[in-house]
Amino acid sequence: MDRFRMIFQYFQSNSESVMNGICGLLALASVKMYTSFDFSCPCLPQYNMAYGLGIMFIPPIVLFLCGLILNRQSLVMLEEWRRPQGRRKKDLAVIRYMCSSIMQRAMVAPVVWIIVTLLDGKCLICAFSGSMDPEKFVGFANVSTVQVQQLLAKVPCKDEELMRNSTSRKAVSRYLRCWSQVLGWSILLILIIAAFLARWLRPCFNQATLLQARHWSNYIDIEQKIFEEACCEHSRLFAHKCILHFFESMRQEIKLHSFSLPREGERAEGEEDLLQGITDQDQVNKLLKTWYYEKPPLDVSQAHQR
Amino acid sequence: MDKFRMIFQFFQSNQESFMNGICGIMALASTQMYSAFDFNCPCLPHYNLAYGLGILLVPPFILFLLGFVLNNNISMLAEEWRRPQGRRGKDPAVLRYMFCSMAQRAMIAPAVWVSVTLLDGKCITCAFCTSVPVESLGNASHPRLSQGEIQRVLARIPCKEIYNGQQLIANEVAVRYLRCISQALGWCFVLLMTTLAFLVRSLRPCFSQAAFLKSRYWSHYIDIERKLFDETCAEHARSFAKVCIQQFFEGMSTDLVASRCHLPRKAPADTGEAAEKLLGITDQGTMNMALKSWHRCKPPLQLHPAALPTGNGWAGEGQPPTYPSAPRRETAAYYSWV
Repeated sequence: MDRFRMIFQYFQSNSESVMNGICGLLALASVKMYTSFDFSCPCLPQYNMAYGLGIMFIPPIVLFLCGLILNRQSLVMLEEWRRPQGRRKKDLAVIRYMCSSIMQRAMVAPVVWIIVTLLDGKCLICAFSGSMDPEKFVGFANVSTVQVQQLLAKVPCKDEELMRNSTSRKAVSRYLRCWSQVLGWSILLILIIAAFLARWLRPCFNQATLLQARHWSNYIDIEQKIFEEACCEHSRLFAHKCILHFFESMRQEIKLHSFSLPREGERAEGEEDLLQGITDQDQVNKLLKTWYYEKPPLDVSQAHQR
Repeated sequence: MDKFRMIFQFFQSNQESFMNGICGIMALASTQMYSAFDFNCPCLPHYNLAYGLGILLVPPFILFLLGFVLNNNISMLAEEWRRPQGRRGKDPAVLRYMFCSMAQRAMIAPAVWVSVTLLDGKCITCAFCTSVPVESLGNASHPRLSQGEIQRVLARIPCKEIYNGQQLIANEVAVRYLRCISQALGWCFVLLMTTLAFLVRSLRPCFSQAAFLKSRYWSHYIDIERKLFDETCAEHARSFAKVCIQQFFEGMSTDLVASRCHLPRKAPADTGEAAEKLLGITDQGTMNMALKSWHRCKPPLQLHPAALPTGNGWAGEGQPPTYPSAPRRETAAYYSWV
């Protein structure tokens, strides 16, 4: 009982903080992934845009799905959504609350990736260098169209022979990076303002409903954990009884088949000794063989009635 | 101390979180292995493909098998699969559940290896450098070389120090192209794996939740039952050994008394526990004989019922087994099961 209480307290205090922790870890993992990823723009006319935008958008999708997978509460929410009504009504407000809290947590890591990408600038330079207007930049103004596409595509690659000391390349690069960083900071500002407003204005709307939804979503989560824990305890007790029953039935079988000589001294009815009546090598071998070849049925009702 | 014990028991009872830990460690080991591995492309026309694809595909296969080997439940699955039906029916759903959960965990380290390899790019660069489209990327108007010559030149792309085809196609251009393709493949692979994992995890509550709960309960049960049975057998073996040895010592002392024709000493009224523990062996010669006999002629694995201890019931719940009370010394009660 005491153990259950301790476990219950552990879960109650830590359910939300575990989820917040996972969310934070994913965000850090996202930054680490970006820094360790070796970005290498192909510098070819058609490939640049695909590569740049791919690197900007595919990892966020992966991180979002990871955020959903790693969050235990998403499974709980799905089960609650899909369960038959039975004798317990379903409250859509609770399901909506759980869904929105899961989505919010799962969105953190992708947003971090996108912002870090924009602030760094390499992706946008790679993706949009081919779409620049060559007239604006001195070095590209008087070149044929095909050639200009090739040259612009090579802008992200600093080590290219043609581009190494070209001032026009640096100009294009700086221009695109400036746009990229402006975009990054703007998105960050908008998101933070939105989060701030949402949190500040939330008590003005439906506070009571919100408290109820949060309580019941917490409850569903804890109930499921305790159910799993209770199932584990139950299967442990079940196994214990089943094995005892098995040893007992082996002993009775041995009694029936062998000559039992009268024993000196009294033995009370139903007294169990440590050896369960199995006292020589053949009996032990028989017991082990029976355990493998004929596992006892999953039915301890007889043992209970004894 | 109590809290640690409780947490330890929690993790032990929750087999799945323990297995998740092992799975995470293997994924980290896989990244570490890749960064420690010294990739060395042979830069020869036919060897490149074999080497590159070999490094891409053989270690994941090894990691997958290792994932199964390190999983304790594999023997449990095999045992449950092969046992005769006996008096307990076999549920294929439970077997499927056990196999699926093991396979899912074993797949993580290989998937990590393949992703890291593709995102790094060296393998694909090595394997496919001879297939680079020279017409679009390089100098198509280069003086004609035979096909074999071109292959040999292209094969040296990954080895910058010996590359001699700068006029044919620039090394950096080719490497960038191949690496871009490799990274695109890598991210697509990661996206595919993550989507699959997400679908598997999220479609299950929609379709077969009740069956899943049943399979999970019974697979845990089988695991716990096996552990408890092993524990019970260990307890039994302990009691068996204790009684067997006790009977051996008694047998020794009885034999010696009989052979020396000593009158049985009347036990003094205040026999202490220490005297009882000596089991009738009280001098050097007797002890030496007992030790020699133990080595030369171990007693049979058969206990004599008169001397069985009367315990307080089965101590399976972790209570220490109670010391058996002193067996009755009745010299006439010597049973032989021979």
